[in-house]
Formats: sequence, C-alpha cells, structure tokens
Amino acid sequence: MPTTHDIDTGGKAPALEARGVSVFYGETHAVKGIDLAVPANKVVALVGPSGCGKSTLLRCFNRMNDLVTAARIEGTVGFRGKNLYDDDVDPVEVRRRIGMVFQKPNPFPKSIYDNIAFGPRINGFDGDLDALVEQSLRQAALWDEVNNRLNDSAYALSGGQQQRLCIARTLAVKPEVVLMDEPASALDPIATQRIEELIYELKKNYTIVIVTHNMQQAARISDYTAFLYMGELVEYGPTDTIFTNPREERTEEYVTGRFG
Amino acid sequence: MPGAEGPVGPRTDGGLGGGQRPRDRRRHILGDVFAVVCGAATLVGVVALAILLFDVVRDGVGQVDLAFLTSFASRFPERAGVKAALAGSVWILGLTALIAFPISVSAAIYLEEYAAQNWITRLIQLNIANLAGVPSIVYGILGLTVFVRALGLERSIISGALTLSLLILPVIIIAAQEAIRAVPDSIRQASYGLGATRWQTVSRQVLPMAMPGILTGTILALSRAVGETAPLIMVGAVGFIAFTPSGLGDQFTVLPLQIFNWISRPQDEFHVLAAAGILVLLALLLSMNAAAILLRNHYQKNRN
Repeated sequence: MPTTHDIDTGGKAPALEARGVSVFYGETHAVKGIDLAVPANKVVALVGPSGCGKSTLLRCFNRMNDLVTAARIEGTVGFRGKNLYDDDVDPVEVRRRIGMVFQKPNPFPKSIYDNIAFGPRINGFDGDLDALVEQSLRQAALWDEVNNRLNDSAYALSGGQQQRLCIARTLAVKPEVVLMDEPASALDPIATQRIEELIYELKKNYTIVIVTHNMQQAARISDYTAFLYMGELVEYGPTDTIFTNPREERTEEYVTGRFG
Repeated sequence: MPGAEGPVGPRTDGGLGGGQRPRDRRRHILGDVFAVVCGAATLVGVVALAILLFDVVRDGVGQVDLAFLTSFASRFPERAGVKAALAGSVWILGLTALIAFPISVSAAIYLEEYAAQNWITRLIQLNIANLAGVPSIVYGILGLTVFVRALGLERSIISGALTLSLLILPVIIIAAQEAIRAVPDSIRQASYGLGATRWQTVSRQVLPMAMPGILTGTILALSRAVGETAPLIMVGAVGFIAFTPSGLGDQFTVLPLQIFNWISRPQDEFHVLAAAGILVLLALLLSMNAAAILLRNHYQKNRN
C-alpha cells in the first residue's frame, strides 16, 4: 500500500495529515482508509476520475462534510498536533484556519468590498479593515482591476475575476491552508492561467491542496500529486515522479489519458 | 422510419414551401386556436373584474369623501362613515403583521436551516401545508375557544389579531421557506467556508437574500387577512360600533364586516355606502400590494 512515506516533507511536520480517513454517504463508501500527508508551503494536487472521492477527501480537511447530514467520517486528520475530528475541536474555527475555494465562483450578492470584509467581520477583526481588503485583493492579483469600484456589486465582475475575489475573500481571514476544489474548471484558458499563476504565488505563504480534473494543470502547478481511484489512494508522490515514472500501472494509464 | 408520410431524405421542393402543405396548415391553425382559447380564458378573469370594479366605482365613488372616512357608522345613511371599520382594519393589520411575521419567519428558518430531515420534520411540513388549506371559519372557532374563552381575552382586537395570525401563519411559513430554499447552497458553503457559524450564515447571508420573497409572501398573506370576515365574526367583531379602538382589549369592527352589515340592509342608500366601503377596502389592498412591490424592488436594487 502506498503511504505518506512516499514523500519527503523535509523534516518539517506536515501541515495536514490524514490517517485512515474513510467517508460514508449512507451506504456508499466514498473514501476508503486514506493516509496522506500534506507538506507545509507546498501545493498538493488530488487527481482522479469523476466520483473517485477526491472532492470528498478535500472536504474532510476543513470539516465541510459535517454539513452533509448523511456523511459519516472515520479516521483522523492531524493539524497542528490536533485531530480535526476530536470532540473539543470547533468546526467553525477549523474552517477559519483552513479556507476553501469552490468549483464555481460563489461571491456573495454584495459589493466587492463587503465580500472581502465579511470573513474578518464575523471573526471579530478589529484592525484596519480597508487595509486588509486592499491587502487581500492584492494577494489575489485583483486589486488593480477593482480598486476604483470596490462598492460595485461582485456580480458585475467576470467569472475569472469573481473566482479571484473568492480567493481574496478566503485569504482575508488569514488561513494557514487553502483548499481548492477545481477552482478553474468553470473558467476560460486565460482566466485559468491567472489562477494558476496566483496559486504559484500563494504557496510562498500558504499550504495548498487542489482538486483538479486537468492533468496538465496538476503537472504545472503542484509539487506533489495524489492519484485516487474508486475511493482509494493509488499513488502519492512528487509530481514529476507521478507524471514521468509512476510505480502503478493505473496511475500511468490515467495521467497519460488512457482512461478516466 | 416505418409508416412515415412523405419522401425520406432531403426535401426536393426547396424547403420553405412546406408551410403550405395541408398537414402543416392544420398544425398552424391548431396553434392559433390554442392561442385564442388561452387569450379568452385570460379575458374571463379580467372582464369580470372590470365589470365588478366599474359597478362598484359607479355606485360608490360619489360617496367616498373626507366625511365618509371620518364618520362613524350611523342609522342615517347620509351621516354614516367607515371611521371605526377603517381604524379596526388598520389595527388588525398591524397587530397581525407584528405577531405573524416573526413567528412565521422563525419557523421557516428552523424548518429549512436547522431541522433534521426526518419523518417528524416531514410530518410538520405536511401539516403546515394542510393548515394553509383549512377554511377560515375553522380558525374563527379555534380563536373563539382559545383566545376569547380559554385565555379570557374577550371579544377584543387582540383576539381578532391572534386568530388572523394563526390563519396566515402557514401561508407565510410556506412562502418564507420557498424564499429561503431559493438561496443557492453555494452561498451557505462560502459563508461556512470562511468560518461563519450557522447563525451568522443565516442572519447575514441567507435571510437578506430571501427577504424580498419573504416580504412579498407576507404582504400577500396580510392582504388575505384584511379581507377576512368569517373568523372575526366568530371572535366577536361587532357590526355597529361608534368609537375607534384605543387598546388591545377594545371591541372592534373591520371593513369587510361593515360592508356586509350595510349590504344586508334593505335601503338602497346603505347599498351605496357598501360600494363606497368596498372602494376604501380596495384602496387599502392595492396600497399594500404596491408596498410589496416597492419593498421587493428596494431589496433587489441593493443586491445588484
């Protein structure tokens, strides 16, 4: 069985560490006993065919599956020496520290400014909100496009801009890890490229786990790639290895496009 | 294609002449007939309403003046007015809104955002849908038993408002639930994903987005309450009253009841008063609908 020992975390503790994580939706066993360590300040891509459990696994990392009433989770996810699923862990706090960007841009029906300010406000931020909004928009490479219309509706932005706004919104609550669920799948190639450049920039300060359907994208942006199939982790290792010299035949067939 | 009429393969007649073939002509005529039938069905409603309005306006418009609005009911038609009934209707309306709105919206939030999806919730849901269809007179009997008698609230405005609140609760709950359900899940996920609690998500994202729908539903339900007569008769609204209510415990009458009272008298003069009363009631209803539209536009403008 491939395990986390496949990757070298450089002696540092992993940012996130899944141990024997299983997810059940009613009778369906969507994720089957996965062990996976996410090194800090790296980009880990989760790839695999539709329905392989990669989005479900991603949602285990910030307890988003708690919101699905039929979902049941086993195993542990280590984060800063704690198991995210311990009884004394508040899922609301987990989601603040482990942010998430979704497949389709989902800005709030509010102004650009209020979209960014929502997270800090509900978390009791009492510093300079204007500065935080500017900083977040700059980090998401959106500031130059919107700085003269912060009070316009977020819905007036293009799809790619909306997604960068959603990333800026996530960054505004100062998370340590950012989870991205196919963040570019609803965007055109140019908008996709901008998101990819952004991810490359962000990894200096954040740990990123990204689900993607796009093999080239995984190859371009990630440091490590995990290949999931039918709810199991087939192979996990440095992206170069997974794409050029995978150990498993199924991995090679998938990443070269022979099935999936 | 077995049994197909006409030649198989590309048409050879140049294509655009096809509309003239008998089969196509029949199809087009059927389409036209259907449009006419649907148009006529629309007209039935509109024409009936127009005739009714014309009739009422012709009879009553001369009667509606300041004196009519500021006089109490009287045995003498020339001195009678709707002051008590209008005041009663406005009181009932305001109280019913104050009671029904918060309860209904809370119930809708609970059912949509908090309740587990199990058989108990489904049973409650089914019952609310059924309650929305219960005849209003039944609510009147309930109001008489519970508010007037058991709680000792007597034949008062508060009894009437509580009864009408019960009557429109299920209607507002259902409208509010639909409005809340129409808020995309992606918005909730975005909010939770930023570390918002359930209450923060509901109060800051879901409710503001659902508010136009909730307000529209509430005002339409209140319009129904304003036109109700039967349940208020049950809880003791009075047909003839010569004072405006000054508190929750006062006796009262409402516009529909005043209209009914006038129309059931033999003298033609009172029938004219009834027509005038209907105009006042219509004006009240139309201004409520206008308020609903304005509120909705206001919220939607803020959104975009």
